[in-house]
Amino acid sequence: MSEKYIARSSAVASRVLDGEIVIMSALDSTLFSLSEVATMIWQSADGLTPLSEIVQQRICAEFNVTPDTAYQDAEAFVEDLARHGILRVSSRPIPENGSGNRADS
Amino acid sequence: MSLMQELNGKALRLGIPLSVHFDVTYRCNERCEHCYLDHEDHGEMSATEICGVLDELAAVGVFFLTLSGGEPFIRRELFEILEHARALQFNVKLKTNAVLVGEREAQRLRALGVEQVQVSVYSHQPEVHDGITKLRGSLKRTLAGIQHLRSAGLKVTIANVLMRSNVQDSAGVQSLAASLGAHYTLDPTITPLMDGGTSVLQYRIPAQELDKVFRNPNLVGDVEGFCAPPSPVDEDVREGLPCSAGHTACYISPYGDVYPCVQFPLPCGNVRRQAFLDIWKKSPQLAEVRSIRGKDLTSCSSCAHLGSCTRCPGLAYMEGNMRGPSSADCEKSFARTGIPSAGMLSHSGGARGVQGLVQIRPL
Repeated sequence: MSEKYIARSSAVASRVLDGEIVIMSALDSTLFSLSEVATMIWQSADGLTPLSEIVQQRICAEFNVTPDTAYQDAEAFVEDLARHGILRVSSRPIPENGSGNRADS
Repeated sequence: MSLMQELNGKALRLGIPLSVHFDVTYRCNERCEHCYLDHEDHGEMSATEICGVLDELAAVGVFFLTLSGGEPFIRRELFEILEHARALQFNVKLKTNAVLVGEREAQRLRALGVEQVQVSVYSHQPEVHDGITKLRGSLKRTLAGIQHLRSAGLKVTIANVLMRSNVQDSAGVQSLAASLGAHYTLDPTITPLMDGGTSVLQYRIPAQELDKVFRNPNLVGDVEGFCAPPSPVDEDVREGLPCSAGHTACYISPYGDVYPCVQFPLPCGNVRRQAFLDIWKKSPQLAEVRSIRGKDLTSCSSCAHLGSCTRCPGLAYMEGNMRGPSSADCEKSFARTGIPSAGMLSHSGGARGVQGLVQIRPL
């Protein structure tokens, strides 16, 4: 399994409302309201922490879920947000202000 | 229920101003004949002051931020303000005439993640458009600006205000928008001057033209549905809110004055003298606006159109009573359905009898 790194796109708007994160993509104006788990992934998307580590250290530590299931769910979520230009995904760490969406995933 | 409706419901429940319209200047490079603004600078906020207010807005949960004017590109520090707004993760919409938008400006807007840009276009014919803006060559420059915005990948909406002088050009502007890959929206509303003056109302399109606009499927879509007689008024409508102004939305002027809406110039406080949150939570004026339900409206509460009317409380306020009818909206309801509104029936002068507007003064 190749590692995945995720970073928040600069082309999004977001706000925490009543404990939930609301995100809108400037690319296609899609609005998202993130669940608790998705919020964790979003907040951890620093471009440097591998997705597997985010799943292991944050999601599995917090919720009663197996690492495999959690990773599959996280991957699907990440792919969905990447399609809307909200997250950038790469097989390499994404430095701050790194260019391009889905660098090479 | 859509996510946007859920979001609005949540904001209403929590008392969050989800949307703020912020005019960064009233100065403008055009002099549109119907404009309601005084374009002199009477002491607009500095960029630092504006950025400070944006900090406050982000902290209270504002998500949708519309930056407008006047012409926002008149401000040299516009990009400083935009950068700050985007750093605070607002969803930013910019309203401009695009005359000053070149390739560089368009690319910067795109890089900043501005969600969309709305540009006013009055006609596809230069003599008509420029005749309204009083700026020679403005249509050519505006269209060049739109092309730069589109080339940079930005979403553009062309706003077509319909007036006596350009009502015949809506199809031309619509075609223009399609050819530029821009969305098209029309608005037949002409707002009285900020000081209460009514001179610009002479530019409103005549009633018979409004009838034609409302029966044009290219402009309104489903004509039958749009012009259908109003549904019976039920308890939900009677207990319902007139609009989002002051509930989940508000307006801030370049001088820091806070109003319920850009079209509702009821002074509620000033962010130069008071924290925004204090104004939002404690303003007696906003409290009054929030207290109004459909059943509380003078004339309108007994009107058949109550549930479907586009009644603007701001226009009603400018006619002297925020609980009263807005004659322009009475006229629209009548033009759509052929059924006179309660406001029209109670005034012998009819819907066009707009006189004695309130004078708007800062607090």
